[in-house]
Amino acid sequence: MELPILSIVTFLPLLGAAVLLFIKNNTAARWIALGFTVVDFLVAIPIVLNFDRTTHNMQFVEHYNWIPSWNITYHMGIDGISVLFIFLSALLGWICVLASWRSIEHKVKEFMMALLVMQTAMIGVFCALDFFLFYLFWEAMLIPMYLIIGVWGGKNRIYAAIKFFLYTLAGSVLMLIGIIALYFAGGQTFDIMELMKQNYPFAFQFWVFLAFFIAFAIKVPMFPFHTWLPDAHVEAPTAGSIILAGVLLKMGTYGLIRFNLTLFEEAARYFTPIVLVMSVIGIIYGGYLALAQSDIKKLIAYSSISHMGFVTLGLFVYNSAGVEGAIMQMLNHGISTGALFLCIGLIYERTHTRELDAYGGLAKVVPVYTTFFTIFMLSSLAIPGTNSFIGEFLILVGAFGYSKLAGGLSIIGAMLGAVYLLSMYKRFALGEVNHKGHIHDARDVNTREFIAMAALAIFVFWIGVNATPFMELLHPSVNHLLEQLNAAGSMAAYIK
Amino acid sequence: MNFDINNIIFSMPEIIILAGACLLLMFDLVLPKSQKHVIAYLSLAVVIIAGAQTWMLSDNIAHIFDRMFMFDGYALFFKFVFYIATLLAILLSINYMKIEGGSYGEYYVLILFALSGMMIMASGTDLLSIYVGLELMALSIYILTGFTQHYGRSNEAAMKYIILGAFSSGVLLYGISLIYGLTGTTQLTDLALALKGQDSMDMSLLLAVIFLVAGFGFKVAAVPFHMWAPDVYEGAPTSITAFMSVGPKAAAFAAILRVFIDALGPVAASWETILALVAVVTMATGSLFALVQTNIKRMLAYSSIAHAGYALLGVVAGGRDGISSVMLYMLIYTLMNMGIFGTIIMMRKGDFRGENIHDYTGLSKTNKLTAFLMLIFLFSLAGIPPTGGFVGKFYIFIALVSRGLIPLAVIAVLFSAVSAYFYIRIVMLMYMKEPTHRFDLAATPASGIAIAIAVIGTLVIGILPSWFLEMAQRAAFPV
Repeated sequence: MELPILSIVTFLPLLGAAVLLFIKNNTAARWIALGFTVVDFLVAIPIVLNFDRTTHNMQFVEHYNWIPSWNITYHMGIDGISVLFIFLSALLGWICVLASWRSIEHKVKEFMMALLVMQTAMIGVFCALDFFLFYLFWEAMLIPMYLIIGVWGGKNRIYAAIKFFLYTLAGSVLMLIGIIALYFAGGQTFDIMELMKQNYPFAFQFWVFLAFFIAFAIKVPMFPFHTWLPDAHVEAPTAGSIILAGVLLKMGTYGLIRFNLTLFEEAARYFTPIVLVMSVIGIIYGGYLALAQSDIKKLIAYSSISHMGFVTLGLFVYNSAGVEGAIMQMLNHGISTGALFLCIGLIYERTHTRELDAYGGLAKVVPVYTTFFTIFMLSSLAIPGTNSFIGEFLILVGAFGYSKLAGGLSIIGAMLGAVYLLSMYKRFALGEVNHKGHIHDARDVNTREFIAMAALAIFVFWIGVNATPFMELLHPSVNHLLEQLNAAGSMAAYIK
Repeated sequence: MNFDINNIIFSMPEIIILAGACLLLMFDLVLPKSQKHVIAYLSLAVVIIAGAQTWMLSDNIAHIFDRMFMFDGYALFFKFVFYIATLLAILLSINYMKIEGGSYGEYYVLILFALSGMMIMASGTDLLSIYVGLELMALSIYILTGFTQHYGRSNEAAMKYIILGAFSSGVLLYGISLIYGLTGTTQLTDLALALKGQDSMDMSLLLAVIFLVAGFGFKVAAVPFHMWAPDVYEGAPTSITAFMSVGPKAAAFAAILRVFIDALGPVAASWETILALVAVVTMATGSLFALVQTNIKRMLAYSSIAHAGYALLGVVAGGRDGISSVMLYMLIYTLMNMGIFGTIIMMRKGDFRGENIHDYTGLSKTNKLTAFLMLIFLFSLAGIPPTGGFVGKFYIFIALVSRGLIPLAVIAVLFSAVSAYFYIRIVMLMYMKEPTHRFDLAATPASGIAIAIAVIGTLVIGILPSWFLEMAQRAAFPV
């Protein structure tokens, strides 16, 4: 029997949470959580290495009966798109534990348990090939995230937590109806691979596309569904922000690729103009709002809206540059923005402020820290040589290939990015040391923090300089996706 | 009526419960006051014996007492739901009633009488036998509601309940007599035969159906017949609130399914819209009014109104899926609602009632386990996976969509998102605020067992629903 490696990588963190139930000591809880997440990461590595880069078929498939009366199976499997995100989730898992090592002081055990449960749900979402299983993981994420924001968050944490919960819940219950409608339209099965083989009438696609799209657009979040995000980000503890930016937002775009584009090709074509408009507004509006922020965390949160706008833009331009760029951008945004939230968390632990006015001259006080911060800031800015450049560049190429207007407008967003990031950087790290705050006696990073930041920095440069190994994972899956989409596109044109 | 030994064999569970209740009532007279709690354990034994007896009879189908009752998988499934509800209620009552002023033997005897009434309702295949069961159940519950005489609200609740209940019984009876007048029968299958080919828009029949909806709607607290529920839930002893929020409700649904789908199936067109409308208004009222409650028992009363709305949607969906979705929902609802009430009952100690929502502020700091259990029950009530509550709602949505009733399904999911707010509000108070006072929980082994059963059941059905689902599907009466 083959090793059920996807189940292992999914449920190992949950096992860790179960172990933590019996632990009383805070230090032990931290080490156990770290142990489980590191092992989980180590399990994820052979998945990437043994991944067959020549096929778009699902790999490492596990398939068991689960609830026969509803034809629900325990079906796990990954393709080139999901493999990247399993890796990203596993990577960020232990970084989150490190990031909360000292910043979480009360209820350490419970926090670590929430993190671990969260990780199981996140990896599960990327592995699930059965809609019931998918929805189970998808919704199960809400509980730990709600607690992470609400229990360990900032001053307005309760408001932010409830807003986050209700927003995402409202979206996903609509998806639930969509899933059930698919179940009946696709021959009474929840198996995603089976459902993808069917052709659905346009009227059906129209409604179910909308049900799924609203759920995912809230999660991404796309304009105008984005208002929960800044609240959630600002109030969440560092690890919560890293997970939110790193993985949770990717769930939305992952859902768009996996379901909206593959299940409802014709409806996707039909809705493309609206999605593109929403994306471009998101890019520019998000960047514009980021420009106006004085709270660093809020600034990065709004920049996320802009960056995620690029992703949805790339997905809906139907060429390989756009789609591959979008997927790379998802990965890159997870790394760079996750890293920026980590940086902000670390400096906040020392100075207890996130107001830009309290900063200045940080480069003189904490040079190592500032070096990392610079790397991640430049990566977020998509400077050539860093990871985000690849994604953003490909998206723009793809966008221009599809519509000059969309491409041209999104360039404005990229320029805005340069403005808000550089001006933030200037006020934050350059100039004279600001003595109003407490930054003059902030100590530089310790080993634990160094490891966390260095791990992310490695990926910034690795992907930036040599993205080929990552892109190779994607090619077959994306090509397959585009073949389906373009076949449907020509059919749609024919119908018109 | 000829004597038929089957009549005795297949009514054995009811006989055991009734005979046991009568024996315990007499035994209670000779018990010294300090030993009254023995009755509680004995009544547990009676329920367990009846359960074992029922289990032995399973796989049989029999019409008994001139087709007044039926012993089938459907009745069996509901009987086990009632047994679970009763067992948990008794376990939760033992300590609670001690605090409320002594353990009275007749309290448990009345619970047994109510149980037998519910069982008669689930087996009844004649409008009259169903009515008899309903009254037996209702009268016992009226008394139990007013059981804590020293507590003013309890008296008031009992008065309200009995007056409104009697009125609703009258309405139900009037509906039954109209039906008898129109068709000449009260037996459900004969009724279905008589109604076949009937013009569904017949005004007098419509009136009869509306009376039936009103009568049963009162029992499940469907809007607009729900007015009693918040007051009665609040006033009754919490252990009885727990019991009546699940047992009688499940029993009423057992009867509703039989009466509406089995007997009135041929004229479904005339009641489907009424019931769908009632269901939507019920969900809406329950969810929206629960938002503003400050008393947790009142909030749960509105929550249970909302849940009745979901279950009614299952009735509207009809068919095998509709029936079994309601059955499964009742089982899950019994477990999770008993669970949440169980944790509330544990708050009751000394003068502290633990009925205000703010009493739960910061519970996670002082009582981690209790708070965590409440968290599971609350998320289950809200229908968040991986809990039983999600599976229950999921099945009802499946039943609705399979009938093409997608707009109803969409309304239901939207209200389920609204209702999530008041459940997670309690989670918020428990986990995200500092405690305002010290909690001193009155956990006893009995209540511990009850809550353990509830939480294990809720999670197992949530993660591995297969067995329960197949049970419900097999037990759904043939349609």
